[in-house]
Amino acid sequence: MVNLKIDGIEVEVPKDTMILKAAKDNRIDIPTLCNLEGLISYGGCRLCLVEISGSSKLFPACTTPVSPGMEITTNSNKLKEYRKMTIQLLLSERTHICSVCVANDHCELQSLANQLGVDHTIFERNWTKEEIDSTHDFLVIDRNRCILCTRCIRVCDEIEGVHTLDLRLRGKDAQIIMDMDNQWINSCSCTSCRKCSNVCPVGAIYIEGEPVSHTKKKDIVEFIKTRRNRK
Amino acid sequence: MKLVDLQTIAENEVDFQRSYKHRINVCSSSGCILFGALKILKAFKDAVKEFGLEKECKVARTGCIGTCSVGPAVLIEPGDYLYQNVSTEKVREIVRDHIVLGLPIKEMLYKNESFFKKQKRLVLKNAGKIDPHRIQDYIAMGGYSALVKCLATMTPQGVICEVTSSGLRGRGGAGFPTGQKWSLVARAHSSPKYIVANLDEGDPGVFANRTLAEADPHAILEGMLIAAYAIGAEKGYLYIRAEYPLAIQTLQKAIAQARSMSLLGDSILETPFKFNVELRLGAGAFIAGEETAILASIEGKRAMPKPRPPYPATYGLWGKPTLIQNVETLANIPMIVLNGGLWFSKTGTTECTGTKCFSLTGNINNPGLIEVSMGTTLREVVFDIGGGVQNERNFKAVLVGGPSGGCLPEALLDQPIDYESLKSVGAIMGSGGIVVLDDGSCMVDTAKFFTEFCVEESCGKCTPCRAGLARVKEIFEAITKGSARLEDITTLEKVSAYIMDASLCGLGQTAPNPVITTLRYFKNEYLQHITEKTCQAGKCFKKEEGEQKQ
Amino acid sequence: MKKTKVSTIWLSGCSGCHMSFLDQDELLLELAKKIQMVYSPLMDIKTFPENVDLTLIEGAVANEEQQNLLKEARKKTKILISLGDCAVTGNVTALRNAWSDSDQAVLKKAYMEKSNKNGQIPTDVPKLLKKVRPIHEVVNVDYFIPGCPPPAGVINYVLTELLAGKTPNMEGRSKYG
Repeated sequence: MVNLKIDGIEVEVPKDTMILKAAKDNRIDIPTLCNLEGLISYGGCRLCLVEISGSSKLFPACTTPVSPGMEITTNSNKLKEYRKMTIQLLLSERTHICSVCVANDHCELQSLANQLGVDHTIFERNWTKEEIDSTHDFLVIDRNRCILCTRCIRVCDEIEGVHTLDLRLRGKDAQIIMDMDNQWINSCSCTSCRKCSNVCPVGAIYIEGEPVSHTKKKDIVEFIKTRRNRK
Repeated sequence: MKLVDLQTIAENEVDFQRSYKHRINVCSSSGCILFGALKILKAFKDAVKEFGLEKECKVARTGCIGTCSVGPAVLIEPGDYLYQNVSTEKVREIVRDHIVLGLPIKEMLYKNESFFKKQKRLVLKNAGKIDPHRIQDYIAMGGYSALVKCLATMTPQGVICEVTSSGLRGRGGAGFPTGQKWSLVARAHSSPKYIVANLDEGDPGVFANRTLAEADPHAILEGMLIAAYAIGAEKGYLYIRAEYPLAIQTLQKAIAQARSMSLLGDSILETPFKFNVELRLGAGAFIAGEETAILASIEGKRAMPKPRPPYPATYGLWGKPTLIQNVETLANIPMIVLNGGLWFSKTGTTECTGTKCFSLTGNINNPGLIEVSMGTTLREVVFDIGGGVQNERNFKAVLVGGPSGGCLPEALLDQPIDYESLKSVGAIMGSGGIVVLDDGSCMVDTAKFFTEFCVEESCGKCTPCRAGLARVKEIFEAITKGSARLEDITTLEKVSAYIMDASLCGLGQTAPNPVITTLRYFKNEYLQHITEKTCQAGKCFKKEEGEQKQ
Repeated sequence: MKKTKVSTIWLSGCSGCHMSFLDQDELLLELAKKIQMVYSPLMDIKTFPENVDLTLIEGAVANEEQQNLLKEARKKTKILISLGDCAVTGNVTALRNAWSDSDQAVLKKAYMEKSNKNGQIPTDVPKLLKKVRPIHEVVNVDYFIPGCPPPAGVINYVLTELLAGKTPNMEGRSKYG
């Protein structure tokens, strides 16, 4: 076991625990979008950055393991500012229109924006016209809503084990694709397992005709953990 | 081949070379080839034949001599006569006057003596002097004797001690102490261990590593071999960008030659030490030069960086301990082993030993590939070696460290070149690019250009770099079109600081450097663009004006 | 006590935010004691008055007339508030921005392609802007109340705080969409 302080609170967690998990287990909430318990940490969204005393750098809580005597600050003014900046960037990056989105009121990006008090974006919005693929029988991907957290790619690869989904292009143009950039209906590896729609934090992948509240309410984290532990 | 054989080869080769009175080195690196160096090479061979000098005069195809602006360049030994802008018509004349009559043609010689005077060529000592396609040339210059010394007389631990005491630091940009990195990998328990030599030099205007590989490939291989011996690795990958065809060809040849002389393979020089090198070609992403992205690329995955820890030293290629070194760092190793760490540490400054290669480009009189001691000032590089600004214009700024370096004004030219002092003024050592800008350049436009490059090259993994840089680029577009507001400067400053602090890898963490330094040292230009909507250099406001905000 | 002069403006939006404003129900009575409405789509007044204390703006800026009105309101108002998602982000109104030639494309679609016969683009209406913009991209905005529509309670909270001379804190209160 390792003893450390998170926001001044003494906690004890097993060795090799990541800061994010250590905080969560002790009811300290660190926001994140790309992390999902049970999937391999990605470290992409940068929302879970924390300060560790003795270093001027910021550390992603999802991929930094605890060490004895660590003193972690999860909620300084600087971190709050940076988190707001991250949310604003994500909101302005592609066409995110909550009021016409399937995930309205069930969206992790939206609720984080509200929680952190992001009431507008200082950046001019980018009005993207990314491709929407609704060829699959019931799964739809609207790339305009995608925040590139890659949860879907990881769940498809690590839990379902088929690796249908992946990325093409790079930077701001990166897109989630199926197989070798096929239309979803032509994907020969997709098992239609719906895990991707379950883990999507926003409304980018959803099930046609099914209310997102229904999709997202299922306790996917428990499911993933059970599946991962099953040898 | 045995250890002792190497000595024989070297002696034979030296004797062979001494049998020639003259040696004509025709620079055949990528730059000079563009100027027609291969035709010059043939012309020299023909001319030598015509005068019947085949026995006295050796015509060699060599790597870069350094004076890239005056190519094709030809170096005639003995005496190091450097002919510039050689054309096929002049070749006969040079051979006749210089070789036959012994009268060097003065008006054709390279005149900028200061170009070489202020340099200290250690890594590049063979560049332009040996034929990179002949391993014998390298051996004759004492090549592979450092490897022999290691195998015959040194323990792996001893090699690491020597490297540590040399004070050598990674030349890839970050400046991590090399010896320390080696002992980390050597100490890691898991096996096999791997070595990755990084030659993915993607910065615009930077060609130091390429030139090194084209001029002296065996120095890189020998460095890799010694590193492998020190840390206990059996397999190495040389990751080179596919856009460097000549360097790839040169390295392929070098690897084949080294293998045929049992300098690579299963029992090197008939000792139990084994090491193999595989060449891996990059697929054209700047990010693949980042140390975790290069590993992903070698594993056959998308070149995306990973958060550290775990560090590659303990968890690298396929989860095994991996040593990643820039090729310039590796090329330093043989001389450290041969002459000792103490000898090496006498060059440069106490914190920062040795030399650094730079590609010197931009609006400057003597552009080219240079190597200077650490601690040399930027002023010496720009005005002494570089010969000052081109076309009698005034100096404005120097961009140090590639697209994510910093733009430094005249007032900071006395800054010595070393990792810390460059960092303190907002620039970085980076991969070794120095671009000089004259007073005809617009600093806003310059920062915009490099931001655009980084937006293109961002891998898209983390939000600050992917989305943040794209927004920075948009703000620059607004500024250069005249639709920006003064608040945008504050936004630029805020977002830049955020991108530096919050990005996952070195690309994002350094990408705002040009923006931050131009904002710091040339703020008036930004203000001029926004309030007066004028660009003194005349680079901006060319397109139609956008919708104006109030 | 002198009442605070309040105006509300309705740009390109669905009027839902004004409905939400009215949804403050009985709280409006409290508000009415402190404020005096001086300009609003709910009132019959043609020109924007001088010296307004507080202006709430619903909707995004889509045409030249709206842009002029907005700029005028900014000049004559102390505190300007973006009310609702269209004003804050552009929202549905701004979806046309994804078209490259957004103003012409939307006119063609609406008046030519969708018309039964003799389609014709009207000329006697305000000229559309190339792109729909949220308020703060055109003028400086002091406070933002996002939401589609913003809940009546949040509108009331922000107004009450401002009338009391305090700064509203949107953390945990703002609501996108």
